Amino acid sequence: MCDTCGCNQPDTAVTFHKAGYSMPPDSGNWRVQTSLPKIEHKHDHGREIELEQDVLGKNNALAESNRHYFKTHSILTLNLVSSPGSGKTSLLEQTIRELKLEIPMSIIEGDQQTMQDADRILAAGAPALQVNTGNGCHLDASMIERAVESLKPADSSLLFIENVGNLVCPALFDLGEAHKIVIISVTEGDDKPLKYPTMFSVSDICIINKIDLLPYVNFDVERCKAFARQVNPNLRFFEVSATNGTGMNDWYSWLKTELHTL
Amino acid sequence: MHEMSIALNIIDIVLEAAKQEHAERINSIEMEIGALAGVIPEALSFCFTEAQKNTPAAQAQINFKFTPAEAFCPACEHRFPAYERAVLCPKCGDMVVQLSGGTALKVKKINID
Repeated sequence: MCDTCGCNQPDTAVTFHKAGYSMPPDSGNWRVQTSLPKIEHKHDHGREIELEQDVLGKNNALAESNRHYFKTHSILTLNLVSSPGSGKTSLLEQTIRELKLEIPMSIIEGDQQTMQDADRILAAGAPALQVNTGNGCHLDASMIERAVESLKPADSSLLFIENVGNLVCPALFDLGEAHKIVIISVTEGDDKPLKYPTMFSVSDICIINKIDLLPYVNFDVERCKAFARQVNPNLRFFEVSATNGTGMNDWYSWLKTELHTL
Repeated sequence: MHEMSIALNIIDIVLEAAKQEHAERINSIEMEIGALAGVIPEALSFCFTEAQKNTPAAQAQINFKFTPAEAFCPACEHRFPAYERAVLCPKCGDMVVQLSGGTALKVKKINID
């Protein structure tokens, strides 16, 4: 038995402890059962090297370099995150139609497959670059760096990044944006902020979309906002319908103010 | 499933360090994972066994140390370590979702030959 690498120990010897407190006894996801393969390796107990290195360090460094680029060019970059189907693309189409004569805008579209969204954005009147992530569940900072090289957003412009529809993974990856904006639509559950708290805690803005459908669905806007504030007391909300335009003027005013105060 | 990209990042980091140390192989890797880092350990273990194949870390064992976030209960002002996003305050039973820290995702150290 070896204390350094734990070889030859039984599979059950690897346990993961929640340092002594409030975990309900069976709350699953941190009680990890690993069955590590028996590893045959040479055993002269080599050298230990302290690294203390952030696994996402490379992405974070690239994100900072993107952020610096956006700052020096006065580009307001917003990272739109949500579940699939919350209306991110519709919101962008409407925003482009209304603001394109006032503000130069460009869009980076992230999806696993297809050019559908970039085509819709182009038809609405803004340049768009589609990033297809294949099996990937999120955009990362290097994809944005490459997209920006190709898209070349104008100085003093708005750059929207429509992230892959996924309320989990994109929360982890800084792209260099000024703000993450989480979008929830009223056809989803109003308790989503509690079910997917990470995304709501890392976002600055929450857009509640499709409010024209409120009469037909069981979605309590105030309950949703209260849940979201529990996770992140500093969240700012916009309640909009990208389809019929309700509430969109507040959103446009916020965009203009943010752009002018860069 | 971002665990695969995380596993590949871990391999990149340890191979770079091993190269600098002129090591032949990596025996073990010690990781710190914060409770709120958004990583599922089972998924990361699984991805890591794929990512390590055919590298000098092929035989390396990966060990995780979990670190909690700090929760603050606004109702009774109790502070306590939390391993999940939404926890019940052990003092007053209120649900607490205001947390800080617990987001580390680090390669702490490696053992090499």
